[in-house]
Amino acid sequence: MRPLRLMWLFFRVGALNELQYRANFWLQLLQSAIAIGTGLAVLWLVFSRTPTLNGWLPAELLAVMGVHTLMGGLIGTLVQPNMERLRNDIREGTVGFALTKPEDAQVLASVREVRIWRIVDVIVGAVVLAVAIGQLGTVIGPLEALAFAVALVLGGLMIYSFWLIITTVAFWIVRIDEIAELFEGVYQSGRWPVDVYPGWLRTSLTFLVPIAFAVTVPAQALTGRLTVGTLATAFVFAIVLLILTRTFWRFGLRHYSGASA
Amino acid sequence: MSLVGAGARETMGPPRLVSPVRGLLDVYLTEARLAIATQLQYRVANYMYMLGMVAEPVIYLVVWSTVAEQQGGSVGGFTPGQFAAYYIVWTLVRNINIVFTPYGWEERIREGQLSSQLLRPLFPIVEDLGYFAGWKPVVILLWLPIAAVLAWLFHPVLSPSPLAIVVFGVAIWGAYLIRSLNQESLGLVTFWTTRVGPLFQLYIAAELLLSGRLVPLSLTPEWVQRLADVLPFRWTFGFPIEALVGNLSEEDLLRGLGAQLFWIVVGSVLVRVVWRFAIRRYSAVSG
Repeated sequence: MRPLRLMWLFFRVGALNELQYRANFWLQLLQSAIAIGTGLAVLWLVFSRTPTLNGWLPAELLAVMGVHTLMGGLIGTLVQPNMERLRNDIREGTVGFALTKPEDAQVLASVREVRIWRIVDVIVGAVVLAVAIGQLGTVIGPLEALAFAVALVLGGLMIYSFWLIITTVAFWIVRIDEIAELFEGVYQSGRWPVDVYPGWLRTSLTFLVPIAFAVTVPAQALTGRLTVGTLATAFVFAIVLLILTRTFWRFGLRHYSGASA
Repeated sequence: MSLVGAGARETMGPPRLVSPVRGLLDVYLTEARLAIATQLQYRVANYMYMLGMVAEPVIYLVVWSTVAEQQGGSVGGFTPGQFAAYYIVWTLVRNINIVFTPYGWEERIREGQLSSQLLRPLFPIVEDLGYFAGWKPVVILLWLPIAAVLAWLFHPVLSPSPLAIVVFGVAIWGAYLIRSLNQESLGLVTFWTTRVGPLFQLYIAAELLLSGRLVPLSLTPEWVQRLADVLPFRWTFGFPIEALVGNLSEEDLLRGLGAQLFWIVVGSVLVRVVWRFAIRRYSAVSG
């Protein structure tokens, strides 16, 4: 439970710090609104040409967009700021400060930062999702809700693992500033259910960059497409990825040499 | 403004004065050499950036190809092969279109870096234009394998005429200038607001929908196309791409270049006017 307590502590401090800058809330809201507006325009363009996309109805794709925005907000609030700080710390040698503390270095490196205003995306995504579910007219029982929550957490953990693995590469290749752009670009593919992509790309988006697990699978839980098998695969893969990440992180740490900090 | 020879010789007596045109050309060439030397060092970083960028057109390509196949092979006159050609050429145009970002101006102003730039007898935007143009040969070199892989995966169909190829070669630089100038003007807004994020995202949203970046303009509703006609965006994406893949008539090709020239002039004037007002507001404690 210690990691969770640490996380909560850092979260509170980080949130308090960011809450000083109220105007950022409005800026973030504006940015989220623009992103949603563009997304809706794209959906409208596509569905003005076809009634369904690979078997997905417009409202179902709206649900996918909601989950995509929600997950993007979670990553932006909790994962991305930590990974960017870690990247800079490795380059500048200041990661030593985290390594010398009497806590697990990976945990510490993963919870230090929080960008609280990105939570706006979580809320906006949830609203879009609610509207989509309303349009679909399906009833979400406690079982579906639970499956959705589990799938979301598993997906989030996988994205975190992916990001930490890439950031760990910074121990060898110092300049990886572009990783944020790389992720941002690839993450956009999650706006569409992965089954529209050709086989090789679908596999990459599932196991290489686990966007399928992060967005499509939770969306499946709410549109009656999720099978027990998929959820079990997600669970196993998340565990494998977490172990792999941990191993690679420790391997990377051995390559770290900071002259001073 | 008289220009000083680029290889600043502060230590060797008074600077060598050359004609403004020679001097400016010198600056551009030096910036370009600098960019090539710098960027060649960061090949992994450049590739990460480019791969992230390739995701965008591949997504559009897959989605629209799916729509085309569901509609019996083509949508709005585009077959999957033509979509492939459109979005692969897109990747080159997009890479040429990478210019100095408005966020860069945020940093220059907030951190006072601009102070040292102002001391030089040189319009700062000239430096940006030269540097980013010089980066392009590296970008094109790194782009070639990506294009080859995309072509192998998606089977593009295109048959450009020799004239179309020439016009494309010119038009991508027209697009580069238009986008550069527009984004510099946008960046100058930070002299007043410090933050440019929402405004820039609004610009990008407009560009996505009105330039042919998201989808070929001929697939958008009539009113969107009319709107795009009177805005600069389509000349930075849609026109260069269609010049190569769209079998445009000779007249359309030349008219397109004319329109680009028009928007370059408008952009240059705009940037100059905004700069005159913006620079009066600049103050820095140190830099």
